[in-house]
Amino acid sequence: MTPSLILLSPFDLSLAAALVLLLAALSWRLQLDIGQRVLVAAARSTVQLLLLGLVLKALFHTVDPWFVALLATIMLAVAGYEVMARQKHRLRGFWGYGTGALSMFLSSFSISVMALLVILQPDPWFTPQYSIPLLGMLLGNTMTGIAVSLDNLTRQTVEKRQQIEARLALGQTAAEAIGDIRRDALRSGLIPIVNSMTTAGIVSLPGMMTGQILAGSPPMEAAKYQLLILFLIAAGTGLGSMTAVLIGSNRLFDERSRLRRDRLRS
Amino acid sequence: MSELRIEHLQRQGVNAARLAVAPGSCSAIFGASGSGKTLLLRAIADLDEARGEVWLDGQPRSGMSGPAWRRLVSYLAAESHWWAPTVREHAHDWSLADLETLGLQPDVLDWEVQRLSSGERQRLALARALAHAPAALLLDEPTANLDQRNTARVEQLVADWRARTGGCVLWVSHDPAQRDRVASATHEIIGGQLGGGHDA
Repeated sequence: MTPSLILLSPFDLSLAAALVLLLAALSWRLQLDIGQRVLVAAARSTVQLLLLGLVLKALFHTVDPWFVALLATIMLAVAGYEVMARQKHRLRGFWGYGTGALSMFLSSFSISVMALLVILQPDPWFTPQYSIPLLGMLLGNTMTGIAVSLDNLTRQTVEKRQQIEARLALGQTAAEAIGDIRRDALRSGLIPIVNSMTTAGIVSLPGMMTGQILAGSPPMEAAKYQLLILFLIAAGTGLGSMTAVLIGSNRLFDERSRLRRDRLRS
Repeated sequence: MSELRIEHLQRQGVNAARLAVAPGSCSAIFGASGSGKTLLLRAIADLDEARGEVWLDGQPRSGMSGPAWRRLVSYLAAESHWWAPTVREHAHDWSLADLETLGLQPDVLDWEVQRLSSGERQRLALARALAHAPAALLLDEPTANLDQRNTARVEQLVADWRARTGGCVLWVSHDPAQRDRVASATHEIIGGQLGGGHDA
């Protein structure tokens, strides 16, 4: 442990939590209808992060590849569920879950493995101290991008159904008829990471770098790690959103290039 | 010259045993609202799933891709929909002569779709469909929101187009006088069942 790390006591955390309670109270007072969701989310993050801390503490001592694989699978499964839950008109059946989960698997997993094998090279490569935080960071961010892209794709398809069919009726292919919507969906998923890269270090101090500096790391090292993570997230979000939008928009049409509104929930 | 022939076309709410529209001719379809007129046209255009077969000049629909079929057999919905800001962006080969027949100036192409009246939109939707050079037209109440003068213009353009290209037309119309004017045969659809036609 670095000597400059200031240990947080439960009392310190309670003070910060009190701010969230204050926010919830304020929201209740102003009838903003968000207080309950804030409290549930705060409670979830408390339980989840403390559990993660416990699991990682145990994991760091074992370095068992199966443990790492199990934890990674659970993280992916939950992220897939979150993507599905954030869509108003998700695809029916397996693809409602599968589109997001598959895209996250392809992007987050492959990029994490590449970063571990080629860039960070811990020994062994799946050392949980590196692999789990890296995967978590990637999953968390690609999840947002993929969820936004897919929600955008399916919502616009429902809203602009008649425009799409007008284009199909004139002989356009499915790709032409949904091209604009596809581009728009992809762009909306990539905006958050583009914005955070644009303002990183000027307007905002990214969370990971802040954490490292507070924990006593030299600022230059923290900056380099932050850059690495930003690049990986950008690549992962882009790759994941593209995959999701491609799979999703293919599912929206059948083999005769008919728009299949019935494959989306109402 | 294009002949449209339908055999045993079936989908939920529609059953069309047999229907043939000769090259250069127009058949009218009528029926109570909810009887399946729009569903029938959508099924012919392959916008909705349906059993059975449709031929254009002896070429079966199943032998070509959905988009290829719909380029040839163009479905004009009762309400037109536009996806780009200006009219021009919706087709490559606008015919100024067609616009003129419809009583529209060439500069209408540079107008914003949002500024168009519903009647202008409806007429432009026909011009847009013709600009894509179809071989057959499926018209769903194409003059529903038009006054007498513009109705006559639309009927004129469709007649000109049939004479010029030999294309055939299936025209859904609730107006018996219009059916007499535009069509050589009339079919009634009752509860999704398409009856045999009789000459007008």
